[in-house]
Amino acid sequence: MRRSLVLIATAVLLAGCGGGGTAEPAQSGQPASPAKVTLEWWHLSTADPLKTIWATRAKEFEAAHPNVTMKLTVLENDAYKAKLTTLTQSGKAPDLFATWGGGVLKQELDAGLVKDISDDVAPVLGDFTKAALAAYQFDGKTFALPTDIGMVGFWYNKRLFTKAGITAPPATWAEFLEDVKKLKASGTTPIALAGKEKWPGHYYWAYLAMRIGGLPALQQAGVDHDFTKPDFVTAGQQLKALVDLQPFQKGFLGAAYSTPDGQAATMSNGKAAMELMGQWAPNVQASSGKGLGDDLGFFPFPTVDGGKGAITEAFGGGGGIAVGADAPPEAVEFVKFMTEKGNHAKVVESGGVLPVLKGEESAVKDANLKVVAQSLASATGFQLYLDQAYPPAVGQEVNDSVAQLIGGTKTPQQVVDAITEVAKSE
Amino acid sequence: MTTLTRGPQAPALAAPVSPSRGRRRGWVTIGLFLLPALVLFLLLVVAPILIALYASVFKWNGFGGLPKNFIGLDNFTRLFGTEVFRDDVWHLVVLVVLSVVVQLPISLGIAMLLNQRIRGRTVYRLVFFAPYVLSEVITGVLFSLILSPGAGVANRILGVVGLNSDWLADPDTVMLSLFLVMTWKYFGFHMMIYLAGRQNIPDELIEAAQIDGGTPRQVFWHVTLPLLGPTIRISVFLSVIYTIQLFDLVWILTQGGPSHSSETMAVTMLEFGFKRSQAGYASAISVVMFALSLVFALAYQRFVMRRDLEGATTRMGDHR
Repeated sequence: MRRSLVLIATAVLLAGCGGGGTAEPAQSGQPASPAKVTLEWWHLSTADPLKTIWATRAKEFEAAHPNVTMKLTVLENDAYKAKLTTLTQSGKAPDLFATWGGGVLKQELDAGLVKDISDDVAPVLGDFTKAALAAYQFDGKTFALPTDIGMVGFWYNKRLFTKAGITAPPATWAEFLEDVKKLKASGTTPIALAGKEKWPGHYYWAYLAMRIGGLPALQQAGVDHDFTKPDFVTAGQQLKALVDLQPFQKGFLGAAYSTPDGQAATMSNGKAAMELMGQWAPNVQASSGKGLGDDLGFFPFPTVDGGKGAITEAFGGGGGIAVGADAPPEAVEFVKFMTEKGNHAKVVESGGVLPVLKGEESAVKDANLKVVAQSLASATGFQLYLDQAYPPAVGQEVNDSVAQLIGGTKTPQQVVDAITEVAKSE
Repeated sequence: MTTLTRGPQAPALAAPVSPSRGRRRGWVTIGLFLLPALVLFLLLVVAPILIALYASVFKWNGFGGLPKNFIGLDNFTRLFGTEVFRDDVWHLVVLVVLSVVVQLPISLGIAMLLNQRIRGRTVYRLVFFAPYVLSEVITGVLFSLILSPGAGVANRILGVVGLNSDWLADPDTVMLSLFLVMTWKYFGFHMMIYLAGRQNIPDELIEAAQIDGGTPRQVFWHVTLPLLGPTIRISVFLSVIYTIQLFDLVWILTQGGPSHSSETMAVTMLEFGFKRSQAGYASAISVVMFALSLVFALAYQRFVMRRDLEGATTRMGDHR
């Protein structure tokens, strides 16, 4: 019986610790500045040019500050989110970490894990565009500086559109659905989608909700926790109408985003005509497949007839760097270093990010990214990704429910009910 | 050369120590030897269980010290009410049944084949056991490439005869595909257990049965199989406990999708604990997994493995 107890104990250990963290302890550096410090920097730019540029930046910073050693942890989107949560729940944060701002940053902030850098960055704050900064400011205080800001829109393959007899990108949702049919009829897969990862699917529902219900409705829902308004149900119905056309690539429910057979690669290899994705799409396409070159185009998410939203309202986000609460002063220096005008403009030139500083627009070289930057500059409203804007539980429920809608196991009504239930319980 | 006569002298060496002192010293030695293991056990096994039990009755996002918002058993009632959790249980049942009905018999059959004197059996044993040595993550990555609906090798080969499928990307086939990968990875392990068990059966018994005129089939059903009983029972036990905690493979292959159709309890737990920041609720899931493992382990040993364990103890007594 002794032996069986050990056996049970082993079973228990496995059950109890299943999914246990692999978080490394963050470096809690000394406040005395000349002392040697190691700065842990977590980011999720796994594709070039950013991957290389960020590594170079870390080296440059080390050269300028001989007492600093930079330690980089680079993870892919989903892994990054999970690992960061694991670490933050243990009461620590990396010295420097990539953030999208919004509700997720707010939760980390409320747990006392993020440094208030308002005073340190006050002199440079005026250099940033308002839209780029908004996601990282709460109650007039600043908790991160942006390195990127952009928007989600349709990236499309011009050659495949022409082949299907489509002369101009669709401006309304009805035209869009027609074009999907035309593409299908021409033997082309209309849309690439990573169904295994849930965040790319939520873009469709979020944009439709914005176009149908209007931007204020979505923001109001975040406050009063009610997503059951008829407009949000209509958004789900319109998404369902798209799904019913079976526009996605074969096996999309099991496809990831940036793997060799994922959404970006499908697009990049000319096997699908479009994808709804953010400003990083061209780079990820280039690194995961052949790349489309001049065949790649961009158009904003179409308007819906009778909807309250305008085509000039943008959905998306950027990326910023936040500083851990216990990080040494050098960490704040690094954030400033990363966003210095000369340094940042070079990254914009490389096509890795879009302008966050005033007057950087001229540095955008790529024709498509110019369109994105201009759409963003002239945007009349902006909505952060829903899975970042709302608290994590609500954001993930949006992703999950929309994924189920696309997978055919939830109705538009069930989607809004599920999101509302979680939002109310938070 | 005196060492050769050590036997009879040995008791004399222990003689000067008084029996009670000797026993006390014995306990101290036992205690010292047990201490490191005991500390590790308490720290890494008992403490996390207690913390999870404690956290499971709170509404807690996992941040900032100990949880404060006590909500009783709400996490559990909520859990049992969700479709995702009921599906998790259903997936567990499906995988356990498939394992016991398909995977283990296959392993047993291969073990019996490889017990015979066939050419190159060591090579076969090695090859069949190899997948077990691979980590689950590597297995997962490997099979997500093989089973990729668009570019995977499986569809290229099977497509020739029109048997291509969406494998992991279709809610209807995902569980079978997952089971296929599990079987690929673990049949070698169970095969090895059965081989070991088979080799423990004395040849005399098999020979006696053969001399009595038993056909190979009769010998297998009436001699080999009953004598393999203890081995089979332990392999079923390991298989079920593994399935209750199944995580790595599923996470890499499907992340529980499409639409939760291959989700396991451990995946749900990670989803809530680390993506949704609902650590209290995730703890409740881990407590349910713990309870399930514990109840199964106790019941199984009480009702199924009882004879095996008793047999083991008596034999140990005999040797002494």
